[in-house]
Amino acid sequence: MLQHIRPAIVMIIAMTVITGLAYPLAMTAVAQLVFPYQANGSLIRVKGKVIGSVLIGQEFTSPRYFHPRPSATTEPDPKDPTKTISVPYAADNSSGSNLGPTSKALVSGVQAEAAKLARENPATAIPVDLVTNSGSGLDPDITPAGALFQVPRIAKARGLPDETVRRLVLAHIDPRFLGILGEPHVNVLELNLALDAVNP
Amino acid sequence: MNHTTINGWVQIALFGAVLILLTRPLGGYMTSVFAGKRTFLSPLLRPLERGIYRICGIDETDDQHWLTYAAAMLIFSFAGFVILYGIQRLQGMLPFNPAGMKAVSPDLSFNTSVSFLTNTNWQSYVPEQTMSYLTEMAGLTVHNFVSAATGIALALGLIRGFARRSAAGIGNFWVDLTRSVLYVLLPIAIVFALIFVWQGCPQNLAAYTHVTTLQGGSQIIAQGPVASQEAIKILGTNGGGFFNTNSAHPFENPTALTNFLQELLMLAIGAALTNVFGRMVGNERQGWAIFAVMFVLFLGGVIPEYAIESHGNPAFAAFHVDQAPSAMQPGGNMEGKEVRFGIADSALFTTTTTDASCGAVNNMHDSLLPLAGAVPMVNMMLGEIIFGGVGSGLYGMLLFVIVAMFVAGLMVGRTPEYLGKKLEAKEVKMAMLAILILPLSILGFTAIATVVPAGLAGIANNGPHGFSEILYAFTSVTGNNGSAFAGLSANTPFYNTTLGLGMFIGRFLMIVPMLAAAGSLAKKKIVPASLGTFPTTSPLFVGLVVGVIIITGGLIYFPAVSLGPIVEHTAMLHHTLY
Repeated sequence: MLQHIRPAIVMIIAMTVITGLAYPLAMTAVAQLVFPYQANGSLIRVKGKVIGSVLIGQEFTSPRYFHPRPSATTEPDPKDPTKTISVPYAADNSSGSNLGPTSKALVSGVQAEAAKLARENPATAIPVDLVTNSGSGLDPDITPAGALFQVPRIAKARGLPDETVRRLVLAHIDPRFLGILGEPHVNVLELNLALDAVNP
Repeated sequence: MNHTTINGWVQIALFGAVLILLTRPLGGYMTSVFAGKRTFLSPLLRPLERGIYRICGIDETDDQHWLTYAAAMLIFSFAGFVILYGIQRLQGMLPFNPAGMKAVSPDLSFNTSVSFLTNTNWQSYVPEQTMSYLTEMAGLTVHNFVSAATGIALALGLIRGFARRSAAGIGNFWVDLTRSVLYVLLPIAIVFALIFVWQGCPQNLAAYTHVTTLQGGSQIIAQGPVASQEAIKILGTNGGGFFNTNSAHPFENPTALTNFLQELLMLAIGAALTNVFGRMVGNERQGWAIFAVMFVLFLGGVIPEYAIESHGNPAFAAFHVDQAPSAMQPGGNMEGKEVRFGIADSALFTTTTTDASCGAVNNMHDSLLPLAGAVPMVNMMLGEIIFGGVGSGLYGMLLFVIVAMFVAGLMVGRTPEYLGKKLEAKEVKMAMLAILILPLSILGFTAIATVVPAGLAGIANNGPHGFSEILYAFTSVTGNNGSAFAGLSANTPFYNTTLGLGMFIGRFLMIVPMLAAAGSLAKKKIVPASLGTFPTTSPLFVGLVVGVIIITGGLIYFPAVSLGPIVEHTAMLHHTLY
């Protein structure tokens, strides 16, 4: 037994130096040099100011913007730090709802979201992504169906023809990788920036 | 009605095809590495390897008895535990801590240390609110490498038990460990860390970014050295996320490409080890037979998983919600899923992460439909031998092979053999002991947690789903998986302690009997094959091993699975809510 003590201690120290310091720090240096935009969180600037990350969803409630999916993230309650309050798209505390399929809370939440959405576009069935929480609580995307569903509301709020907004959505669909991997999706922040560019 | 899509099946088929194509080249490379042959990386890495042996005082030609091998592994693991515990307790005073994280509590530090040391990577905490960058790098990333390398080393020990004849030793733990890290894990991790950065994973040491959003709200965006940890998290089947929501988080898994690569990396080494096994015992077809057993069980998981999840939740139909797939949406059960992955990629990830002992998730397993939640649970209950954790998958599978050959021997009244080695009382006993230790921990702790108030207090969902949360947790930790029905509030002294014990039992109490079997096998002579020898490269062999695995798993766990997912499924069909 005793003969293993020195190798065990020296080995874990050597591995810490190689895999715990040299490896991540070298990767950081290379990443900062070769892919500085991605390595720093794919941050988007508008007029020089950082307004978010293209990869991290953010909350939109104004009728003039496309809305993201419901988000289950929380933050500590400022009044009572032992409790938490709902803060959608809190990007320092990612979380799903973790509600199971037979949960009353899940079904009543979906019902409430669906009722709200049905008022703005009663003619169309509601795409499921618009009423369900994403896994991360930070999903930057909605489905193309979820974006098209919101077109009438936005067109009305901005006084634009439906067709203009619809074209904008279709132009912002990210297709599957190589036509095979993943699902077509629309980045909400990019779409809203494009919307502001057309109709400030 | 069928809600799956052709594209969904194509993605799954493509994954299977690439995995098959990777197995032989990677297996060939790894075999050379472990035999100490020169590879294309040797000019670079061999001096480093020798330097490590010199400072550690290791003689690389020393062949260890299984007891020595086991002792080296246990003492090394203990040294790692102490350092990791210390870093967490002291992180408040150490550098690389721009978010000002304070010391981690003692019970959580214990749980996290055992968790990463055993390759489980169960996380009772929210990483972006708890761990400093130093803890992530010099603590957790290190264990992502060495716990995986330990698994590979242990598998090599067992393979040598079969491959050697009349041998006293099963190899050298230190050499196997060092070579696994330097030649296998580190080079692959470097390549994929850079691919992940290119695709959007951050890699920085900056403080969290405070932004004013387009609409004028405020948002704090967590940052950090994500990509370097992501690569080894997946490759080493560790699964401990840099962020709370793991590979569902867009910074950990930004695109469909990173998702596909992560699914592949999870199984790549486990698959390649079947080929290493074949080459080391002198017949690659023996490796492919094991691969076939794993692949059949993989398909048995992913096909129902995708089919079930594509249906969506029947409770939503009343609200005019559209869950059918179309060109404009994937449809299906989108609660807890990301739009960029949809249903097929989420189902594939859920299956691979529990086939392996990875435990990374790209969707929230707590929100899976009841029977879709049973698939990952059953994958883990079978012992994570479907490619499995790096190393642990292969040695777990070989234990089942010993049992299967024993059953075959009983049927024809002949002493069972495998690869020319007679399987006698000792090996069969050790294999059974290693296999039975898992249900003892899973079912035992689940039973305790469902009756004591401290256990029931953690449940997030009512009804049978609450039971599933507890069962999933103890299955996950005992299998050293680390994924969760994450609604369970596990950061309590009760759960941190019992789950920590479950991880410990699932790893070490399984390893010791396994190494004993390896040592005993290595000593044996090879019996020449005769007409009466059971052919272990035949479809019959594959069928027999699959059967033994399913019957063993089914008999032990069926009652428990019935109480959780199956009851919940019938409740869902009758529109019962809890």
